[in-house]
Amino acid sequence: MPELLALTGNDAVAYAMKQINPDVVAAYPITPQTSLMQKFADYVADGEVDTELVLVESEHSAMSATLGSQAAGARSMTATSACGLALMWEILGITSAYRLPVVMPVVNRALSGPINIQGDHSDTMGARDCGWIQIFSENAQEAYENTLQAIRIAEHPDVLTPIMVTLDGFIISHGLETVKVYDDAPVKKFLRDYQARYTLLDPSKPLTLGALDFSDYYFEHKVSQLQGMLKSPQVILDVGKEFYKTFDGDCCYGFYEAHEMKDAEMAVIVLGSTAGATRMVVDDLRSRGVAAGMIKIRSYRPFPYDEIARELANVKAVAVLDRSIAYGADGGPVHGDVRAALYGKHPVPVMSNYIYGLGGKPIDMEHIMGVFDDLKESIVKGHPKRRVGYINLKEGNTPSLVG
Amino acid sequence: MNTEKHMLEIRWHGRGGQGAVTASKMLAESAMTLGKFIQAFPEYGSERQGAPVKSFTRISDQKIRYHSQVNTPDVVLVLDPTLLGVVDVTEGLGEDGILIINTPAQPAEIRKQLNLKGRKIFTVDATGISLRHLGKSIPNTPMVGAIVGITKMLSAQAVADDFRVKFKDKFRPEIVEGNVKCIMDATTEVKSE
Amino acid sequence: MKKYIEGTVKSLPLAGLIEEAGTAKKYNTGTWGTFKPVFLEEHCIQCFFCWVYCPDSAVTVNEGKVVGFDYDHCKGCAICAYECPTKPKSIVMEKK
Repeated sequence: MPELLALTGNDAVAYAMKQINPDVVAAYPITPQTSLMQKFADYVADGEVDTELVLVESEHSAMSATLGSQAAGARSMTATSACGLALMWEILGITSAYRLPVVMPVVNRALSGPINIQGDHSDTMGARDCGWIQIFSENAQEAYENTLQAIRIAEHPDVLTPIMVTLDGFIISHGLETVKVYDDAPVKKFLRDYQARYTLLDPSKPLTLGALDFSDYYFEHKVSQLQGMLKSPQVILDVGKEFYKTFDGDCCYGFYEAHEMKDAEMAVIVLGSTAGATRMVVDDLRSRGVAAGMIKIRSYRPFPYDEIARELANVKAVAVLDRSIAYGADGGPVHGDVRAALYGKHPVPVMSNYIYGLGGKPIDMEHIMGVFDDLKESIVKGHPKRRVGYINLKEGNTPSLVG
Repeated sequence: MNTEKHMLEIRWHGRGGQGAVTASKMLAESAMTLGKFIQAFPEYGSERQGAPVKSFTRISDQKIRYHSQVNTPDVVLVLDPTLLGVVDVTEGLGEDGILIINTPAQPAEIRKQLNLKGRKIFTVDATGISLRHLGKSIPNTPMVGAIVGITKMLSAQAVADDFRVKFKDKFRPEIVEGNVKCIMDATTEVKSE
Repeated sequence: MKKYIEGTVKSLPLAGLIEEAGTAKKYNTGTWGTFKPVFLEEHCIQCFFCWVYCPDSAVTVNEGKVVGFDYDHCKGCAICAYECPTKPKSIVMEKK
């Protein structure tokens, strides 16, 4: 029987890792990820898993050790946040190029500087082009379920691509919530035993991995790597469907969740924990007869371009919420992706972007209600009230900031 | 804006090290054991011994669907009376809101000190209770007892039983029973206006 | 010249793997040098320094004795001649 437990987001992911029972885990502490690995280390110390826990001296080493052991044929994991992810950057690209199905929970935190330990999406957005699949979680329940599903998606022979499962720092990682955990036996059955596509530790099948690759084949290898990402959407859907059927869960199992989008005139697109407050605002607006909707993106990489365009086909105004800033770009990264999804479509909605929550800046339902108010105005005027706005920012006299 | 008012939102004020975060989680876990949906989270920051800290608990009959901070609490608990005047403990607390303060003083004295209109003020000598049963000042379990006694949303006996189960492997039996006495005594010793 | 890797995006092995051992043998680096080592057996004391130091395993050994060089893979780096301890040298570099 599934069991209800009071778990923080980090506890929930550690619980998933306990059920995954990886062969190797490399760990280096960084707030707000630290309590996740601390909890997992308890499981190791208590003998509840068979994992070889490798305590390394930096995140660069954590990712390197994870890559090395996965290439040796072992199911390997690590977890990190913010500056730790930044230090892993070099190895992230190597892991995806070697088609190693590493699953790494990332507890989203602001990047320095100024130094800040609280939640935003700057870290994983910075790593979005490293060839990893990125799956965002709204709450502790989704962080738990996404971690389990990520193993199956990453290890699928058509995919063989590493995955970051994200959860918002502190808001989810350190908040205690009711989490439904599933029994070990069906979870183990769902996860299946790891069958490495290749191993460097088999003398009967000698291999060279990581050979020098000049202009004659580097390009070909990078495009061949893309095949895993291109085949992942179907696998993400299939694994989600199987998880839902097996465990009768009530999380988001597709690329995204569309809430009240059927006849929506205006919509907000959001990632991570802010989806909850957005959904409540939409429900509130609907109860007053306003045709509002929202889309929560779960699979950010691969990004569901066609599907998002379809959802927005009849929407008059859309606002994309970005919890990171992209200097020199047209608003935040999610905004850029949604704009790209709409290219060539007719008619296009009036579109605006809102940057919010950097360094843990609170976002409440009032703020999201304000975004919908702006959208209402945009529909009347036929152009965005703000092209790029900033939520809950002490702006001062800088009207040029808000476009 | 809180569109889910079947939910109780609680804010805890304390100083780093006094157990406000633990208390917010302890209450939530007991509520969950008794069939409620819960959230408990600290104010997200770095924990520093002695610095003013906040923590939050949400308890609901239904699934809690959002993760915004608690801006309009129904109940505020203050674990350290020296915070009064340093921190605005009544911030966002509605006219019907409940304020529970760890102090040997009477509620009327606190009302005068804070120059407060409206709201319901309760006091409990949580420090005294914990000194009596534990020999040291750990006011968090008496405060859990106080809020349970006042709001009656959970049975004090059930919370005490849950404490025994959760902490039997963590503390020596006399510490567990001392805390249980803290919870039970506070439910009856809490003073109203 | 024999290619050490072949294929297109569709047919390349996964992850840039080379799924075969000893492929360096197929790569004829012997054409790289402008000098080549010449073995003078009469001075050689069979100390094997050249064999140890050669970065391309291009010192040929037969029945426990150094007998010459594998010119298909020797790049003419002259490390063997430098390390050779005999006087006069048992290995000298000659223009190709």
